[in-house]
Amino acid sequence: MIDKKIRIDPIKNGTSIDHLNPGTALEVMKVLGLHDTGIVTIGMHLESKKFGYKDIIKIENKELTQDEINKITLISPHASISIIKNFNVEKKFEVMLPKVIEGSVKCKNPKCITNIESVETKFHIITKSPLKIQCHHCERHMKKEDISLL
Amino acid sequence: MKPFKGRDIISIRDFSREELIYILKVAQKFEKQNKPVLKGKILSTLFFEPSTRTRLSFESAMNRLGGKVIGFADAAVSSAAKGESLHDTIKVIEGYCDVIVLRHPVEGAARVAAESAGIPVINGGDGANQHPTQTLLDLYTIKKEKGKITGLNVGFIGDLKYGRTVHSLADALSKFNCNLFFISPDSLKMPSDLLEELGERGTKYTETDDLNKVSRYLDVLYATRIQKERFADPIEYERVKHSYVIGPSLLRKTKKDIIIMHPLPRVNEISPNLDKCRQAVYFKQAHNGVMVRKALLALVLGKVK
Repeated sequence: MIDKKIRIDPIKNGTSIDHLNPGTALEVMKVLGLHDTGIVTIGMHLESKKFGYKDIIKIENKELTQDEINKITLISPHASISIIKNFNVEKKFEVMLPKVIEGSVKCKNPKCITNIESVETKFHIITKSPLKIQCHHCERHMKKEDISLL
Repeated sequence: MKPFKGRDIISIRDFSREELIYILKVAQKFEKQNKPVLKGKILSTLFFEPSTRTRLSFESAMNRLGGKVIGFADAAVSSAAKGESLHDTIKVIEGYCDVIVLRHPVEGAARVAAESAGIPVINGGDGANQHPTQTLLDLYTIKKEKGKITGLNVGFIGDLKYGRTVHSLADALSKFNCNLFFISPDSLKMPSDLLEELGERGTKYTETDDLNKVSRYLDVLYATRIQKERFADPIEYERVKHSYVIGPSLLRKTKKDIIIMHPLPRVNEISPNLDKCRQAVYFKQAHNGVMVRKALLALVLGKVK
């Protein structure tokens, strides 16, 4: 008999992060600091009509800040976010990279002033696909694989 | 073109081709002009790292235009030695002067200083990142000696991996449709991300480890120092160090009107025998720094329209 059970239950209030690249849910959990903040449900390597496979995270009683959304975008640029109110989707949108990312990404250059003095990092997006960003301060270019989030 | 009055000079990337050409035109006007247009103005030279040419040519430029100079040439005598942040240092010093020239070993320091200060900041070199006034004086030298910049064949030889002067000048020349030739041992090749950028802009470039293969095409040869400490393998250093020594014999294989440039200091990459050849312009190049720096000081202080 085929099991047709819903794998992830709906949430009453909170945020659903869908279409995360498969295998990235735990990284998103980590950068959003969701390990001990409340009820979180995650699904990994679920089938996706759009992308083949995807991860999904549902966070109860939390709305994301723009900074948190920017971080998700850097990990998984095709993610979509739904704000859930009383079991209904109140708002749904796909994440989009801003032109400038401030305070979220660490510069890979150890000689950059942001790694030496108390200066907030700032990066300009050069290309979105493939992702290439440039440090506002030391002007180094970074690709997706170079990015580590603060 | 954005007005220059009050503007910071931090990175060559901040300037359009039109703006670069304009700065060079103003520098040309200052070849013979030493009117005291900066009388009553004070320049602070904050040199957290040693420098001879940059600091002294800025001081010369300011003095020649009637301004005064204060500053330090050693970080040990500044408050940074007591742990003061660069932001705080700049906030204090901006009250003492009208314009700041900063040299700092930390990359991005000049950008932070510019964003902290309410007066113009000129980057005199921030680590391995940018040295825009060097690039401007290089462009000025090429224009002065060759009569143009557009479309020239420019070769770079030596340490292309770590040399910030090479990176910035190549970037600037890509705005002038120059053909670039990068001549270096494999271990000191141009960084791939910079080559990628040049490619994206449609700049034509050639990489080789043999100067003889490309020397006949060159209008300009820009040499840089090969530093022994950059080599993991000392045998590799011994192998390549002599292959990049430029002497008068090279001129038999090049165009007669090629110019040889070098940001200096040199060690042994250019033979002193070349100094008397008319093609050797590296000392003139260093002198051109004063004209370019006079132009920049006058521009950012609003004394040239």
